Amino acid sequence: MNSLTIAGRELRNLFLSPLAWTILGVTQLILAYMFLTQIDYYLTIQPKLVGIAGAPGVTDLIVAPLFGNAAVILLLIIPLLTMRTISDERRNKTISLLFTAPISLSEIVIGKFLAIFTFLLIILFSIALMPLSLLTVGDLDLGKFFACLLAMVLLMASFNALGLYMSAIASQPTVAAVGSFGALLLLWIIDWAGSNSGNGSALFEYISIMRHFENLLRGLVSTVDVFYFILFIVGFLSLSIRRLDNDRLQK
Amino acid sequence: MNTLIEVNNLSRQFGDHCAVDDVSFSLNKGEVLGFLGPNGAGKSTTMKMICGNLIPTAGEIKINGYDIIDQPKLAKAELGFLPEIPPLYSDLTVDEFLNYCAKLHGLRKKAIKQSVIRGKLKCGLSDMGSRLIANLSKGYQQRVGIAQAILHNPSVIILDEPTVGLDPIQILEIRELIRELGKEHSVILSTHILPEVQHSCSRVQIIHHGKLVLNESIEGLSQRMTSSSVLVRFREPPELEAIHAIEHVTGIEELEQQQYRICHHQDSNISEKIAILAVDKQWGLLELIPEKHDMEHIFLSITQDSNHHE
Repeated sequence: MNSLTIAGRELRNLFLSPLAWTILGVTQLILAYMFLTQIDYYLTIQPKLVGIAGAPGVTDLIVAPLFGNAAVILLLIIPLLTMRTISDERRNKTISLLFTAPISLSEIVIGKFLAIFTFLLIILFSIALMPLSLLTVGDLDLGKFFACLLAMVLLMASFNALGLYMSAIASQPTVAAVGSFGALLLLWIIDWAGSNSGNGSALFEYISIMRHFENLLRGLVSTVDVFYFILFIVGFLSLSIRRLDNDRLQK
Repeated sequence: MNTLIEVNNLSRQFGDHCAVDDVSFSLNKGEVLGFLGPNGAGKSTTMKMICGNLIPTAGEIKINGYDIIDQPKLAKAELGFLPEIPPLYSDLTVDEFLNYCAKLHGLRKKAIKQSVIRGKLKCGLSDMGSRLIANLSKGYQQRVGIAQAILHNPSVIILDEPTVGLDPIQILEIRELIRELGKEHSVILSTHILPEVQHSCSRVQIIHHGKLVLNESIEGLSQRMTSSSVLVRFREPPELEAIHAIEHVTGIEELEQQQYRICHHQDSNISEKIAILAVDKQWGLLELIPEKHDMEHIFLSITQDSNHHE
């Protein structure tokens, strides 16, 4: 309940600044362009696909790449959304309002998380409208489509949790943004080491966000991947709570 | 009388620096406690600890019987806090901000509207509801901060330098408000401004180098402030031995021609006896002024005394 109060204010504040609107507009514009080029590409290769048995369909060639591209764009913009959540409150000393109110630290962190998450769901909704528009002219593999949506939800929540943690560590919003962007990008590409020569580390492959995300995007929903994301989210949220508690313990 | 705040052996260490050292006090319902001290004495640190914004290194704090560490939610529900820098979201309007604070304190929907109206009324913000906090003057922002602290009708209100940045009229209003709040709540008030304490507090504590060096009711303090010396001026030169003979007189000091400072024991009044003596002997009494020590004097002597001890 308290978390919802905090989330509500945070979300309102987001929409009071031009940042939220700019992000919504820019992502939509870029992804719509990518969506169109994807359709164009599909139309050019469609005649060749007809002859092949078990050829990839619309969902594989248009929907999955669209969400894959969306993930990369989110990698760039989520740090901008999360950077101010905690570090700004600390800088403006408004954090003491939350510390003095009868609210637990986890409620504060979860409230902040929910606010950004709600905003991300709005982005996801407007992205999902694009593939859904294909239903007017043909069929979609809805199973795969929902797997993609699940992948996006988990990915967004994970990016969000990490961004929040960076905001809890950093004393300045921009430092938080750079930190979370760097960390996310590293986690995205960490399995590149040795992957070409075929002797990549199993640990790095497990840590890499991309591996798990791609499995889901292909329509392969396995507990290993889902569990990875849940661990990731819970892990960074609890780290954020610990970090916030440190504010009161400061030596 | 029930005790609303109980602080026992409170200490706070920042690295090697001890900001608050073994401070204990308690505050009853209906008391207004003035918290004095030079800069960096540990006033704000103590207040932050009472409000749960800092965790003490040692000691315990109880708000209305609830421990702030073990039962933070229950304890904090009884607290209203205005930190040094008022915690305001500058891109909200006054109404939006106060509504948010009321919700954070878990007020019910119906109660929120009423308490926001009451809070604005008490702090003179009734016409400011739809103004953006960023556009308010410093004084009005301070008022919003106070409104935020008293909104949920807490039993303990803690104000860290509430009159900073206010104009003289606003200061008077805020003092009046504090006195009014003191009737139903316990108030702790930190300040540099000594007359403010005399006007609005029922008890005074002075903290210096993290230690509590004075804990006295305002009556006790004004007793300390009342004269222990009298200034007199005569037309004719007096016989000093006769004055010495008056009971409780401890010393006479000649200041200038025919003007003397007569020191005496604190809890006695010798003015009348001097007057009678002067009339009897026809010295021609021109002036008889009981000397007052002001707050500044006491404050300086206490803080400087403890400087010498170290």
